[in-house]
Amino acid sequence: MSESLARTPLYDLHAELGARLVPFAGWEMPVQYTGIIEEHMAVRKTAGLFDVSHMGEARIRGRDAAAFLDRIMTNELSTLKPGAARYTLMCQPDGGCVDDLIVYRFSETEFLICLNASNAQKDIAWMRSLVGTAKVEVLDECAAWAQLAIQGPLAEQILALTTALPLATIRRFGFLVGEVAGASGCVVSRTGYTGSAGFEIYLPAASATQVARALLAAGKPHGLIPAGLGARDSLRLEAGYPLYGHEISERISPIQAGLGWTVKFTKAQFVGREALRRQAEGGPPSSVILFSLADRRIARQGATVFAGDTAVGEVLSGTLSPVLNKPIGTALVAAGFTGSTELTVDIRGTRLPLHVSVEPFVK
Amino acid sequence: MSQVPANLRYTKEHEWIRLEADGTATIGITDHAQAALGDVTFVDLPKVGKSFAAGEVFGTVESVKAASDLYCPVSAEIVEANTGLNDSPDLVNREPYGAAWMIRVKLKNPAEAAQLLDAAAYSATL
Repeated sequence: MSESLARTPLYDLHAELGARLVPFAGWEMPVQYTGIIEEHMAVRKTAGLFDVSHMGEARIRGRDAAAFLDRIMTNELSTLKPGAARYTLMCQPDGGCVDDLIVYRFSETEFLICLNASNAQKDIAWMRSLVGTAKVEVLDECAAWAQLAIQGPLAEQILALTTALPLATIRRFGFLVGEVAGASGCVVSRTGYTGSAGFEIYLPAASATQVARALLAAGKPHGLIPAGLGARDSLRLEAGYPLYGHEISERISPIQAGLGWTVKFTKAQFVGREALRRQAEGGPPSSVILFSLADRRIARQGATVFAGDTAVGEVLSGTLSPVLNKPIGTALVAAGFTGSTELTVDIRGTRLPLHVSVEPFVK
Repeated sequence: MSQVPANLRYTKEHEWIRLEADGTATIGITDHAQAALGDVTFVDLPKVGKSFAAGEVFGTVESVKAASDLYCPVSAEIVEANTGLNDSPDLVNREPYGAAWMIRVKLKNPAEAAQLLDAAAYSATL
């Protein structure tokens, strides 16, 4: 923690709103304002506003941009239409994940990619190393963009108070570019990381405070509150979304993480294809499961999962689900035990039954 | 600013202790501690009759973010644990010095209590 932490353009606003700031992926970020559970429930019932400006952005531009992305990503990006976005993994040759990303297509030859904060510079270097002779540029735009996420059942209604963009015409994973709260050049997409309805807004960094203030003011009468990374984590876990470094990593592949739907073996070639196909056909050595506990104790990252007295896995993420009011989490469990009804998890010396859930806890 | 009532004694680990007229003492965690933990989801407390040395871990308080050990401020035997926290762990956030007391104990060495921090000394650590 001795290295200096980066601050988003909204740093002063966070301080003014009484946020508790913590180091996260090299950034000083708000973990909560009023409380994780209150912020979580606002997103499920009304709306919450997140500063996610720590996320990175790269622009991919050039005649070969689409073919390049098809070659380095697991999902198919060449079939994406301008104005649409797609979730994808970027893998190593051994199938481990470099990062998970959302790719936005602006035109035949131009894409914007959203990168995890902790991976942004690694991703950009990785992509550049794979360019070869392709006619494509990988531009680092991390500093140029701020990002806000407005999430919750009232998000659209509140966002509409600050923009003339026809939000109703934006389909899931679609986006429009236009003006929000007087700031031009905003990318407004119907995406999110909470499991509730809502939008993510990419905006020029200099406009971030103006837009955030306008949204908070417009949304306050409707129950919009600022929400921090604490609620973002419990929301994404309830929705069953992976977080890099937990459910996916350089050692956990998309096949293991249950993200096989993002891996298009119909493409003749892409980085990681052979390793991923072997896993998909032969079955991976271990897989990520979702679980809940009938207790109040939270099974946290690193806790050991047992089948009888045999250690068969480890917890990857754990939190309290405010909607279920019980602990939930994910674990990496050895093949053959992922459907077991006999699993337990060790929490500080106590073994508690772990209930595997096939479905996310909210949809 | 967090509250630090003048009539209590404190540990550097953010427990408070109140010496009662009948020779027992009541122990909980401070307002500063609950604020730092965030939403408390679970409090694991010892059974009546168990004994702890001063500085020994007597339980765990868990929030959405983390689990933290609870340290016994004095050498003591448990005479009562606050079972109300099983159903309402969030009381720790709302009434850390009141309804969210954690244990009532019999002191084994009352002289130890005098060595704990008073309100001014504890405030200075925050």
